[in-house]
Amino acid sequence: MTTLLERVLGRLPIGWLQLVHNKARLAAALAGVGFASVLVLMQLGFLGALVGSIRLPYDEMSADILISASDMNTLADASPLPRQRMFEALSVEGVARATPLYYGKVDWKQPGGTSRTLDVFGIDPSAETFRNPAINTRLRDLALADVALIDAKTRNVPREFFAAIDEGRPHTFEVKGRTLTVVGTFEIGGGFSADGYLVVSDQSFLRLFPQRASGAPNHILVTLAPGADLARTVARLSAVLPAYDSLARPVAEAFEKDRVFQTTQRPVGLGFGIVIGLLVGIVIVYQVLSTDVADHLKEYATFKAIGYPQRFFLGIVFEEALILAVLGFIPGLLVSLALYVVVANVTGLPIAMTGSRAVFVFLGTIAMCALSGAVATRKVARANPADLF
Amino acid sequence: MARIMDGAAATVPAVIEAPADAYARIIVRGLNHWFGEREARKQALFDIDLSLQPGRLTILLGASGSGKTTLLTLIGCLRRVQEGSVTLLGTELAGADESALVQCRRRLGFIFQAHNLHESLTALQNVRMGLEVHGRKAEAQWREASAHLLALLGLTDRLDYLPANLSGGQKQRVAVARALVGNPDIVFADEPTAALDKESALNVVTLLKRLGRERGTTTLMVTHDAKIMDLADRIVTMEEGRLVGDSSET
Repeated sequence: MTTLLERVLGRLPIGWLQLVHNKARLAAALAGVGFASVLVLMQLGFLGALVGSIRLPYDEMSADILISASDMNTLADASPLPRQRMFEALSVEGVARATPLYYGKVDWKQPGGTSRTLDVFGIDPSAETFRNPAINTRLRDLALADVALIDAKTRNVPREFFAAIDEGRPHTFEVKGRTLTVVGTFEIGGGFSADGYLVVSDQSFLRLFPQRASGAPNHILVTLAPGADLARTVARLSAVLPAYDSLARPVAEAFEKDRVFQTTQRPVGLGFGIVIGLLVGIVIVYQVLSTDVADHLKEYATFKAIGYPQRFFLGIVFEEALILAVLGFIPGLLVSLALYVVVANVTGLPIAMTGSRAVFVFLGTIAMCALSGAVATRKVARANPADLF
Repeated sequence: MARIMDGAAATVPAVIEAPADAYARIIVRGLNHWFGEREARKQALFDIDLSLQPGRLTILLGASGSGKTTLLTLIGCLRRVQEGSVTLLGTELAGADESALVQCRRRLGFIFQAHNLHESLTALQNVRMGLEVHGRKAEAQWREASAHLLALLGLTDRLDYLPANLSGGQKQRVAVARALVGNPDIVFADEPTAALDKESALNVVTLLKRLGRERGTTTLMVTHDAKIMDLADRIVTMEEGRLVGDSSET
C-alpha cells in the first residue's frame, strides 16, 4: 500500500503513514465514514424503494393514457369522476379502448389479531385492465360475486398461505361485512401506504364499498388504437373532456406527477436522514483530521523549516481525507448491501442497490472528506518553525 | 562521503581571513528586532553586524534571553526581518515574501535541540524528507544517499526503525542526517549535542567540520559544551541583544 501510494503521489505517503501509525484513530475514522455512508445509502435505498413501489401499479396498467380527476396527486387519492368521461373518451380519434378502474382500501384481518392493509382495484372483468397474465387468465372467475385475486407479495404473510390458494384451495375471509373468496394470486408487492393489492370485479367492488357508485370510477384507462400518436391523442382528449373534473395524461406522466408529489410534498423525512448522515461524517472526519494535524504540528513546523511549502501540508491532509473516504466507503457499501437484503426480506419493499447510487454516494463521501480536510488544513498555519528553537 | 564531496571542490574558495564580505555566506547589517505590540513592545536585538565565511564553524555563546535564538531564526529565514539587512547566500531577506523564504530554507540545514523526528516515519524515511524537498531529481538516489549518511553517523543497523524504537542519542543523530542529506550551504544548530553522549557529540561536530573543509559548509551553532568550543573556528558572544565578543576580532 505504501509503495502503491508512493507511486501515485510521487512522494513519501506521509498521510497514509500517519494514519496507520495510530490504528485506534484510523479505526474510529473509518467507522465514522462507514456509518455515514451506510446512513446515506439506506436513506437513498428507502427513497428508491418508495419510488419503486409507486411505480409498480402504473407499470401493471395495460393502458397508454390515464384519465383521472383533476385533483389527483396519487393513484389512491383521486376523487371519483363521472363514467360519462369514459364514453366521451371512446369517441375521440385514436382511442381504441377505455375501461374504468375503481380504487379502495380494506383491512385484511389476520389470525393473530393483526391486520394487513390492501389496496383494492375494482376492474371490468370483460376488459384487460392490467398486463399481468395471472390476473387476465382469471377474469372469468372474477366475474362471480365476491371473488378476489390477491397479491402473493403481500407483506408479512407466509408464502405457504398463497401456495395453498394456487393449489386450488380458495381462502375465504370477511371484510366490510361481506365474505370474499380468494381464488388466485398475482404478484405486485406492497409499498409504503399498503401491504399488498387485491383485485375484484367492479360489481364486487361496489358491494364492498356501498357508498361508491358504478357511475363514478377513480380512473379511466385508455388504450391507443394501433398507429395513433400518444401526444396528439392526449391533446384531443384534453380538448373534449371538461378540465374542471378530469385530466388526461400519458401513464408515465401520471406516475411522474405521483412520484414528485410523494417524494417532495409528503413528509417523507428521507432527505433529512441524508443530511444527518453527511453531517455525522463531516464532523467525525474533521475531528480525526484536525486532531491528527494538531498532533503533528511540531513535525510540520520542522518540515516548514526544511523548506516545504504550505501546499505540501495541504496535500498530506487531503491525502488522509481521500484514504479515509475510500477505505470507509467500502465497508459502508458492503454493510448497506447486506442491510438491503434484510430490509427487502422483512418488508417486501423493492429495495436494491443501483450502480449510479453507489457511485453517487462514493463521490459524496469523497466530497464530505475533502470538505472536512479543507477545514482541518486551517490548523496547519499554526505550525510555526520559529517556535522550534 | 563520496556523495557529499561531489562537485564540491570547485565551489570552495580558500579560507581567507576577514574582511571578506565578497565571499561571506551570511552578512548581517544593522539588524534590530522587536517582540510584542505597542506598550509591550520589547527590543530583542540591537544593531547586530555579523558576517560568516564559508567553511567555518562558528559558535554563538550567550545566556538564555540574550537573543541567540532570535538571531538564529532571523538568519534562518524562519522569522521576518523588521529592521536592518540580512543577506543569505546572496539573497536579501529583508522584505522577502514567504515563497522566497521557503526557497532560501531549502539551502539550509537545521539541527534542533529536540530531534523533531516524525514518529510515523522510519529513520531512513525521516532522512529522506530532507532530500525530497529538493524535488524528484535529488530524490532519485535517496535511499543510497540517506543510508550512506546514517552509516557515517553509526546507524547502519537502525535504518528501518521508527523513532519510538531508537534511543535519544540515535534520534538526534537521525535528525543530524536529515539536516545534512540535502548538502546544505549553511547548517544552523541549536544545542545539537545536548542529547548526545561525548563520543557521538564529537563525531557530529567532526562531521560538520569535515563538511566545512571539504564542501565549504558554514555552520552556526549555539552550544555551551566546552569540548566543542575547542573545535570552533570562531566564537561570537551575545549579551542582552547585542554582540559583545568575537574571537576573530581579538
